[in-house]
Amino acid sequence: MSRTPGRRLLVVSCGLIYFFLMLPLLVVFPISLSSAPYMQFPPPGLSWQWYERYLDDPQWIDATWRSLYIGSATAVFALALGVPLAFSLVRGKFFGRILIDRLALAPVIVPTIILSVAVYGLFAKLKLIGTWYGLVIAHTILALPFVVLVIGAGLRDFDRSLEQAAEGLGASRWRTLARVTLPLLRPSLVSAGLLAFISSFDEVVVALFLAGANMTLPKKMFDNILMEIDPTIAAVSVMQILLVSIVLVLIGRFGRGLKDSAR
Amino acid sequence: MSASAGSADLLIEGVGKRFGEVVALDHVSLQVAQGELLTILGPSGSGKTTLLKVVAGFETPDGGRVTVGGADITSLPPAKRDIGMVFQNYALFPHLSVAANVAFPLEMRNVAKPEIERRVGEALAMVELKGYEARLPRQLSGGQQQRVALARAIVFDPRLLLLDEPFGALDRKLRETMQLEVRRLQRRLGLTTIFITHDQEEALVLSDRIAVMNRGTIQQIATTTEIYERPANDFVADFVGESNIFHGTMSAPGTVTLDGGRALQVCSDKPAGTKVGVLMRPERFAGSGANAFTGEVIESVYLGTSFKLRLACEGGLELLVRQPARGALPAAGTKVTVGIDPESIHVF
Repeated sequence: MSRTPGRRLLVVSCGLIYFFLMLPLLVVFPISLSSAPYMQFPPPGLSWQWYERYLDDPQWIDATWRSLYIGSATAVFALALGVPLAFSLVRGKFFGRILIDRLALAPVIVPTIILSVAVYGLFAKLKLIGTWYGLVIAHTILALPFVVLVIGAGLRDFDRSLEQAAEGLGASRWRTLARVTLPLLRPSLVSAGLLAFISSFDEVVVALFLAGANMTLPKKMFDNILMEIDPTIAAVSVMQILLVSIVLVLIGRFGRGLKDSAR
Repeated sequence: MSASAGSADLLIEGVGKRFGEVVALDHVSLQVAQGELLTILGPSGSGKTTLLKVVAGFETPDGGRVTVGGADITSLPPAKRDIGMVFQNYALFPHLSVAANVAFPLEMRNVAKPEIERRVGEALAMVELKGYEARLPRQLSGGQQQRVALARAIVFDPRLLLLDEPFGALDRKLRETMQLEVRRLQRRLGLTTIFITHDQEEALVLSDRIAVMNRGTIQQIATTTEIYERPANDFVADFVGESNIFHGTMSAPGTVTLDGGRALQVCSDKPAGTKVGVLMRPERFAGSGANAFTGEVIESVYLGTSFKLRLACEGGLELLVRQPARGALPAAGTKVTVGIDPESIHVF
């Protein structure tokens, strides 16, 4: 570790980038603990009142639960669709494979607002507006590219001689999948599932169009900002940040990093 | 042990395989007797791995038949073939313990739990890995991983054992130990075995018979001594061991005139006028013999037990000679005379 000027420059620039990224947190955390009745920075004193207000308000709690189960259902469906899709894209040889490979990533390329309007039109006809499962369907579409990318990367690195070994030792295709392939893909499955969950849990644009009266947490926050801006929003933000951070730590611990999919 | 048609356990008949324009296997036929260890020896790209995959069921041949004990298995999926295989990289399941790896083929056959435990214990005892049951593969050394792979391949009493260059990743000492161990185990269990390698020394140590492959065809199948002493062609003579290979014509019974003009006394009853190849192994030269060569040393290497000399002889012949290491190593430029008897020269 030499203290060369280049290294010092690196440390300083990294420090500035971190500071820039952390700045919102440095504001949000103190405000959430503010004793003032309105947004004020720095806060005049400390209190838990905004956390209490969040916990005491059934609308906030409802929205939180709804976001949690919509996120979970999204993760389950995105995995159920994305895992077979990733298998077919990495291992299959069929007509149109390249086209489907590109299409699978379309939901992250098409602007979410365009997607939302289109889905709104369709769901209005199908009477899916305002239903939680309608939102699950839309969020599943948005989460699919993450699953395909992460699982696809896991499959490309997979040592197929292990599957051959399993088959040679008497395992059928299905038992090879259940006993060898999927257990070895578990880190990728964990990452993909949690990423799908986060993508739904944080999502606001589609929720604005489709949620109706059944508000998710991000939509409730959005409405709250529009109507009665008070530090409750800061308290909710802090709780949301903590939850997503926990999920990201879980990915780091048990999952396979997104960095692997860049290879 | 010779493979007469009656005792053939594994029979490969006219198997062919193409990958696009490349012919990987060109009508390959061979048989392996019950309990025999046959080595398929060849350079990379010779088709030996493709042949192994055809036997294991990972490749479907374009034509031909593979039978084991008389039953046609050509189109059977790998899982139904009952073949134990040790892969080049061992292919141990990294998420399963040693015991679970070895138990895998038994579980796939729905063997009862207590029976699995007993047989896994036996197999691990056989490869001297008792006490390692709970370890994960990555916690073992290369040699130990190899033993686990071997235990997993034999635990279910397979019909055949296939070994795909299993010793490649081991250092020399360990490799020799493992070779002898595999040989001992294979004999003890009486397993019909195919062993794939590109290492001719390894092939000579392990095999009952060797099939030398090149460019998708079998060049020669014979016992180890036969392959070494009486190779069928240039390729086999050159690939197995060190060699001096020359070409010439039978000029009289028992005499070959090499293309350079030099006459050699040989033991061969091939008729006069036949084009022949001549093989002289470096270690068969002595201080004198019926055929004497005098030449200048162009390169000399001390190998501990022997000297390896490269001689430039009259008539443009270049000879590789091994002599017992006695006295001083002949320096480059020295004149040396060596001889070889007709019985030590192989004519093909």
